[in-house]
Amino acid sequence: MTTAAVKPATMAQALQRAMRDAMAQDPTVHVMGEDVGTLGGVFRVTDGLAKEFGEDRCTDTPLAEAGILGTAVGMAMYGLRPVVEMQFDAFAYPAFEQLISHVSRMRNRTKGAMPMPITVRVPYGGGIGGVEHHSDSSEAYYMATPGLHVVTPATVDDAYGLLRAAIASDDPVVFLEPKRLYWSKSQWSPEAPTAVEPIGRAVVRRQGRSATLITYGPSLPVCMEAAEAAAAEGWDLEVVDLRSLVPFDDETVCASVRRTGRAVVVHESTGFGGPGGEIAARVTERCFHHLEAPVLRVAGFDIPYPPPMLERHHLPGVDRVLDAVARLQWEAGS
Amino acid sequence: MTVQELPGAVAYRPTPPPAWKPRTDPAPLLPDPEPYRVLGTDAAAGTDPELLLKLYAQLVRGRRYNVQATALTKQGRLAVYPSSTGQEASEVAAALALEERDWLFPSYRDTLAAVARGLDPVQALTLLRGDWHTGYDPHEHRIAPLSTPLATQLPHAVGLAHAARLKGDDVVALAMVGDGGTSEGDFHEALNFAAVWQAPVVFLVQNNGFAISVPLAKQTAAPSLAHKAVGYGMPGRLVDGNDAAAMHEVLSDAVDRARRGGGPTLIEAVTYRIEAHTNADDATRYRGDAEVEAWRAHDPIRLLERELTERGLLDDEARESVAASAETMAADLRERMNAEPVLQPMDLFEHVYAEQTSQLREQAAQLRAELDAEGEAR
Repeated sequence: MTTAAVKPATMAQALQRAMRDAMAQDPTVHVMGEDVGTLGGVFRVTDGLAKEFGEDRCTDTPLAEAGILGTAVGMAMYGLRPVVEMQFDAFAYPAFEQLISHVSRMRNRTKGAMPMPITVRVPYGGGIGGVEHHSDSSEAYYMATPGLHVVTPATVDDAYGLLRAAIASDDPVVFLEPKRLYWSKSQWSPEAPTAVEPIGRAVVRRQGRSATLITYGPSLPVCMEAAEAAAAEGWDLEVVDLRSLVPFDDETVCASVRRTGRAVVVHESTGFGGPGGEIAARVTERCFHHLEAPVLRVAGFDIPYPPPMLERHHLPGVDRVLDAVARLQWEAGS
Repeated sequence: MTVQELPGAVAYRPTPPPAWKPRTDPAPLLPDPEPYRVLGTDAAAGTDPELLLKLYAQLVRGRRYNVQATALTKQGRLAVYPSSTGQEASEVAAALALEERDWLFPSYRDTLAAVARGLDPVQALTLLRGDWHTGYDPHEHRIAPLSTPLATQLPHAVGLAHAARLKGDDVVALAMVGDGGTSEGDFHEALNFAAVWQAPVVFLVQNNGFAISVPLAKQTAAPSLAHKAVGYGMPGRLVDGNDAAAMHEVLSDAVDRARRGGGPTLIEAVTYRIEAHTNADDATRYRGDAEVEAWRAHDPIRLLERELTERGLLDDEARESVAASAETMAADLRERMNAEPVLQPMDLFEHVYAEQTSQLREQAAQLRAELDAEGEAR
């Protein structure tokens, strides 16, 4: 792999490298989706793959998400490892039936005889000024479906490492790519090697003692910034990056909350019925006697994702996170 | 009124685009106006006696299977059974047109095709009995799980056929769907993908007249379901679905064409669902006896039997031998279905993921404890 020596600078490049390395290593890996070939994807994440591996390995499909994922199921049945791009979060909805009725349960219904090693790449979330249907955070829908893994990187290194793991996984993985971070540079672990990261483990991105911010994907930079700002107020915040929503790393999350006694879950997705409710419930069930305050959620409002000119009011920012942290202190009587 | 005639319109003369030409001449893709028939026509004389006898044995066996499975629902041994009585010819032709290396993608009504292809009659009913969703290993006979959602298995067939061709295998996928399923988006997407990729797939629509209670006239405004093929750029074939000889010929041609790299075909088999949608349905609410009787007269077994008898290929002894063999199959099915399936509750947590998540391990432990407590209470 001649390209292996060049360390990717942005998340988009890391994802592309992950696919290239996987394709070079394993001839059964096939990338497919609308515009992934000649154009290299609307975000250029698949740039160069069709040229390097041919159109049979990186295929521009007809514009039909159910068809893209549905044919990927058949390809997986015949021993291939499809990596499917859904282009934008809300564009994946036509493929939901394939995902829920077939991809997620094929292993189960066939008693393990027919695994579905499919990676469904879904660029998700807001903050890029996209018009309607280009900024949804759909992770709760995927989380509610048994049989799927739901993974979302927040750093350049994880983008590489987790996508490699997703492609190598014998189970279907919904790989949520925070499109707001596509062009972000590696900033938390600049020295880390581009290694395969096991799916299902959260990491502590910042150690602290006052409270735990539990977050993932596009909200990680917000939480890191909030933690720095909070330090000025004398609050020493710990930040946990989940990286994988399914399976959920109860161990890392609960160990952190037991240390700090306070927790805020931060994500862009809606609060009601959103991932934060599940996470808060899990933490409460497991850490109740260690909690000094209720687990709070900082989430997007319970509205359809707003038009781009108003999205800054919807997206949880540093101030909203700090407000929640302040409420934790107040609830605790300090 | 042209643009120039509109008051205040500015004359606009763009550079004319290149003349549009159709990519494919649609004429060769069009189905014949009448369903293709062999039995009862001059063409019947040219059919292979051995093949006809094989088809006959499978039709009789299939009918007996339908009758037995329906009886099992009445005894509470099956949660539900969608009978294909009256459709045996298209079910059997589908299975017999394939080589062993090919794949079958059945819908929930196509247990007969799966059984005719070699699937254990009991295993074919696992889903409908309710002890496991599919249960059988699809690789064993190259039969995809019976699909309950409509038409969603069609893109799977396309993907599998495409993958096989990429690997250099001359494998064909046969995808089965009902008339109602042709209204689904997945039907459209599958046909479109198959045609664009020139995938070795055969789509078989069994038009049995009704989608539960909704007749074809309320399902589509197309001249026939086979006509839909033209819009995708593949040939459409209309065939009498109760004519086993015609079905086998048309299916085999399409399979052969796909195998040689000729691309997909859409076949509409015009047939009729003699029984209700399932045992849970009341067909008298949406159709009259006269209609059903007319189709009974066009029964696939009778059509083939007449041909075989006229040609002296089937005497009473041969007929009885086929019937006896079907009876043995039914008796075996009855006996094995009367045995309670052995269920393992802990299997609920197996096969969800390659490796159990910690969440599932916790839940498995909870169920284990409940089962242990139940055991102690007994």
